[in-house]
Amino acid sequence: MTDTNAGAFSDRAHSPWAGVWRKFRHHVGAMVGAAVLILLILAVLVGPWLWQIDPAFIEPKAADMMRTRNLAPSLAHPMGTDQLGRDTLARMLAGGKVSLAVGLVAMAIAILVGTAVGVLAGFVRWLDGPLMRLTDFFLALPLLPLLLVMVMLFRDALAGALGIELGTFLLIVGAIGLTSWMQAARVVRGEVLALKEREFVLAARSIGTPPLRIILTHILPNVLSPVMVAATLGFASAIITESALSFLGLGFPPDFPTWGRLLYEGVEYMQMEPNRVLFPGLAISLTVLGINYIGDGLRDALDPRQRLR
Amino acid sequence: MKRTQILWMGTALAMLGLPALAGGRGTDGELRITFPQATSTLNPYLSSGTKDVYAASMVLEPLAGFDENGAVYPRLVSEIPSKENGGISADNMSITWKLIPGVKWSDGTPLTAADVVFTGAYCNETDSGCAQAFKFDGIEKIEAVDDLTVKITFAAPKANPFNAFVGSQTPILQKAQFENCMGAAAAACTEQNFAPIGTGPFRVTGFSVNDLVQYEANPEYRDAAKPEFATAMIKGGGDSIASARGVMETGEFDYAWNAQINPELQAQMVAAGKGQFIMGFGTNIERLELNLTDPSPDLAEGERSTAKYPNPRLSDVRVRRALSMALDRTALNDIGYGAGGSPNCNIVPAPAFYASDNTGCLTQDIEGAKALLDEAGWKDTDGDGVRDKDGMPLKLLYQTTVNPVRQDFQALIKGWWAEIGVETELKSIDPGVFFGGDPASPDTAEKFYADVEMHANNFDGTDPEAYLAALTTDKAPRPETNWIGTNYNRYANPDYDAISAKLAQTFDMNERAAIAKQMNDMLTKDGMVILPLILRGNLSAMSNTLAGVKVNAWDSEMWNVAQWSRVK
Repeated sequence: MTDTNAGAFSDRAHSPWAGVWRKFRHHVGAMVGAAVLILLILAVLVGPWLWQIDPAFIEPKAADMMRTRNLAPSLAHPMGTDQLGRDTLARMLAGGKVSLAVGLVAMAIAILVGTAVGVLAGFVRWLDGPLMRLTDFFLALPLLPLLLVMVMLFRDALAGALGIELGTFLLIVGAIGLTSWMQAARVVRGEVLALKEREFVLAARSIGTPPLRIILTHILPNVLSPVMVAATLGFASAIITESALSFLGLGFPPDFPTWGRLLYEGVEYMQMEPNRVLFPGLAISLTVLGINYIGDGLRDALDPRQRLR
Repeated sequence: MKRTQILWMGTALAMLGLPALAGGRGTDGELRITFPQATSTLNPYLSSGTKDVYAASMVLEPLAGFDENGAVYPRLVSEIPSKENGGISADNMSITWKLIPGVKWSDGTPLTAADVVFTGAYCNETDSGCAQAFKFDGIEKIEAVDDLTVKITFAAPKANPFNAFVGSQTPILQKAQFENCMGAAAAACTEQNFAPIGTGPFRVTGFSVNDLVQYEANPEYRDAAKPEFATAMIKGGGDSIASARGVMETGEFDYAWNAQINPELQAQMVAAGKGQFIMGFGTNIERLELNLTDPSPDLAEGERSTAKYPNPRLSDVRVRRALSMALDRTALNDIGYGAGGSPNCNIVPAPAFYASDNTGCLTQDIEGAKALLDEAGWKDTDGDGVRDKDGMPLKLLYQTTVNPVRQDFQALIKGWWAEIGVETELKSIDPGVFFGGDPASPDTAEKFYADVEMHANNFDGTDPEAYLAALTTDKAPRPETNWIGTNYNRYANPDYDAISAKLAQTFDMNERAAIAKQMNDMLTKDGMVILPLILRGNLSAMSNTLAGVKVNAWDSEMWNVAQWSRVK
C-alpha cells in the first residue's frame, strides 16, 4: 500500500505516458477492443464511399418494392433488406455514424461534467454541499419531461439556425450529456474523498504542491477506473436513450436511421427475420464491449500499483 | 387432419344452426378473453376507453344495439321505434321506447322505465364528467310515461334519434345501485363502478383494476338457455402481438380484441392452426390531411397556420391532386395492414348507404401527377430534383404519430413524392402529444404546424352528420378558439357550410345520403383537402374452438356474447 509512490515516481522519471502505452499495449483485451472500435469507426466513415446504396432508397414501383422486401442476406444486400426494401447494410453504415457520434459526444459531455463536479465536490470542502445537492436535484428530475421541455424550447430554434440534422444532433447530445453525469459525479466524489486523506496526497501537499497539480497528477489518474466504467456504461445508455427519444418522436426525423432505431424497428420482425435485430444489436454490443475493454486496459495501465508489477 | 375436422364441424354448425347444438346455460366452461389494454372501470359513463366499454358490455345492456351491419336492433325493448309504429313523433321531436315486460336485473329486481330515466340523469349531472355526454346532445328531457315506457324529447327536430341508450357506450344502470353515486360522488363509488348490476348475460364476480375481470353467467338472464359459458374472464395488459399469440399460437385465450399486427406476422400465426383473424370494417379511415394555411415558422405565433396566410404551395388544388395521384394506396395497404385494411378514397366509407362510389384515387399515376404540377407552374428550374416556383421550392413538412406502420407509410410516401419532384421532411410525434390537444404544445393535430399530417378518424354509430359537419369554416382551430376545433385543414368553403346546415335540416333518408355523398366528394375527389388512404378494420383473433362470434364494428365486439359457445 504505502510503496505505491516510489514506483510512480521512478516511472515518471522518463515519460509517464510511454509507460502507460507500454502497459496498455500488452493488455490483450484492450488491444482487441481498440481494434474493433477503430474498425467500426472506419467502417461508418469510409463505408458509405465503398457501399454506395442510398440508405433511404425504396423502389418507387410498388411491384419492385414488394419483391425487395424482407430479403435474406445475399451478395446484392449483404445484411438483407427491411420491410420496405431498404438496404440494411447502407442503413447500418448511416446509422452507425449517428449512433457512434451521439454516444461518444454525449459520453464525453457526461464524463467531463461528472468528473469536474465530483472532483470539485470531493476536494473543495465548501463546494461539497451545494454541488452534491445539485447532483441530487438532477437525479430527482424526471428525465423525460425535462427532455420534452428542452426539445420543445430549442428544437425549432436550433433546427432553424443549424439545419434539422445538426440542430437535432446537438440537442440530443446536449440533452443526454447534461442528464447523465450524476452517477459519475457521485462515484468520483467518493473516490476523491478517500484519496485526499491518503499518504501520497498528504505528502504532495506537505511539500507545497498546488491543489490543481495535486488534482491533475495524483487524484485524476487514481479515479480513472471508476470514470472509465461510468464512461462505458454512459456510452451504451446514450445510444439507447437516443433510440428511446426517437421512439417518442423527439429525436431525429423518423426516416433517419440510427442503430437504436434499427434495433427498435427490427423487434417486431424478430421472429421471422432475426438478422433485423442481430446486426444492429451486434454493432451496439461490439461498440460497448470495445469501449469497456479499452477502459479496462486504460485503468490497468494508469494504475500505478499495477504498473509496478 | 385436425383442421379439416374443425372445418367440418364449422360447416355442420352453419347448416344446423346454433340452437340445435346449444347445450343450455353454463355448459361450456370458461370463456377466456384478452385485451392488449387492461380494463380500469366497468362503468362506461366514467371512461370513454373502448376496453372499458367492451368489458362492461358483458354485463350492462342498452335499450338497443347496432348489429353487424350497423342496423339498430332491439335488446331491452320490444321493437325499434319508427314513424310507422308511432315510436318516433311525426315532427321528429321525440322518441318513445317500450321495454320488454319481465326483464330482471341480475339481483332479481325488475327493470323499469325509472332506471332508464335515472341513467339519463346520471350522465347529465354536470360535475360527474360523463364520458358519453355527447350521446345525449340535444335531449331536452327523458321521462317515464309508465313503468315500461320511456319518452325522450329533443330540443329541436332530430334526424337521427338513435343516440342515447343505443349501443354499448350508453347502457342502462340500475337506479337502486347508483342512486347515491350522482354528480361529484360518481368516481368515489368504486364498489358500484367495479361491479355494476346489469341485465346482460354475465355478472361480475371479481375485478382487479388494470388486470383482470371475472364474470359468471347471470342466473336472471332473460334467455334461460344462455349464455352457454358458465364463467368468463377478460385479462388485460401486454401488447397486441402478445394477445394475438395467446389465441393463435399458445391457445391460452379464446378471443383477443384489437390484435393489430403486421401482415407477415398474421400469416405466420394463422399457420399455427389454432385460430383465425376476424375483421370488422367500420368507418375508420387513415388519411392525409392537407393544411390550407401557411405553417411557416417565420410567421408570428398566432398567425402561423391561420386563415390569415394561405398555404403558398397547397392552396392550388392541382398540387393537392398531384400529391394524391402519386400515392399507391394498394401498396400502402399491403405493407401496413394486409387483410386488416383496404385502400379507400372516401372519408365516409360506410355504411354503404352513405358511401360515395368514388374509386378514382386507387390507381397510382406518377406521370399524370408530374404533368399536373407542370401545368400548375411548378417546374424544376435549378436542376436539384425539387420543383420550384418564383424561387420557392416545393417542400412539405409531413407529420404523424410514432407508430411503426405510420413510419413505413411516411417513408413510402416521401419516396413517391420525391419521384414527382416534391421534397418532404418527415416528423413523428408522440401520440399522447399529437392527440393531446394541449393548446400550449406546437405539436398537436389541431395546431397543425406542418403541411401534411396523417392520422385515422371515424364516426360513432352509423350517421355521418356530425362527422361531416366537423369541416365547416367555423370549426377551424385558431387562437380565438384556443386552438380547439375539428377542421384541422382550415377548409373554408361557404358552399360546404351551407350544405352542411342543409343536412341537419333534412329528414328524408335518401336525401340525407345524397347530401352526405356530395359533402364527401367536395372534401375528397373534388377538393382534395383530405386524401383518404386506407379503410382500417378492427382486427381481432378468435380461437377455432369458439362458435357464434359475429364481428361487429358498430358496437361492442361482445355485443352477442350470449350466443357464443364452445365448439364440441
